[in-house]
Amino acid sequence: MINLLFFAHLQEEIGNDKIKLETDNITVKQLKGILKTDYNLSQMDQVMVAINEEYALEDDIIKSGDTVALIPPVSGG
Amino acid sequence: MSEKLFNVQEKPIQLEEIVKKVESSNAGAITTFIGTVREWTKGKRTVYLEYQAYVPMAEKMLAQIGSEIQAKWENTKVAITHRIGHLDISDVAVIIAVSSPHRKAAYEANEYAIERIKQIVPIWKKEQWEDGEAWIGDQLERVAYQEGKPKIKDEDR
Repeated sequence: MINLLFFAHLQEEIGNDKIKLETDNITVKQLKGILKTDYNLSQMDQVMVAINEEYALEDDIIKSGDTVALIPPVSGG
Repeated sequence: MSEKLFNVQEKPIQLEEIVKKVESSNAGAITTFIGTVREWTKGKRTVYLEYQAYVPMAEKMLAQIGSEIQAKWENTKVAITHRIGHLDISDVAVIIAVSSPHRKAAYEANEYAIERIKQIVPIWKKEQWEDGEAWIGDQLERVAYQEGKPKIKDEDR
């Protein structure tokens, strides 16, 4: 199981700031695919993924127990 | 006050506190940048802003920016605090303080810090207008990241 965190417009689209996903050993790319198809999240191409608070690449592996944050383009400052 | 050099907080930021964190007998200069909430953007009036952060990671990324600065400009000290939550017009959203032996490095490093904040720190602002609201996702006026991702590594710059 992985813990997913959502921010900004993604949080509003999904209607929650976090969800748990029953899965293990998937790539970042696969996760984005799941979110697109199963959760109807759009614009996933612009979204960065952080695994346990570190930015990850499309081929990085997400394991059960990881905390995965979906990070839309940032606008701090 | 928070003793942390890199901090995300809900309460108003006090300039004096941030400056104190970078004071040093080696310093010949301290520069500060104060980012404030602007009312008008391209003819559109902002009523207030809502900032949200992935706090633990945001503080980590602020610390990374501090490390990048210390690698580029010797003997600098850096402190950055970003505010989140509801901010009204003219409220202070971020304060960056950099001390260094000489002023040039303090100016350059301070500008570097705000540019990097806008690239890699997971903080978002939602603009509330008179006729609507929106999360702002590309302050550089791009539809998406040019390379499909933010420039995480300093070398990419």
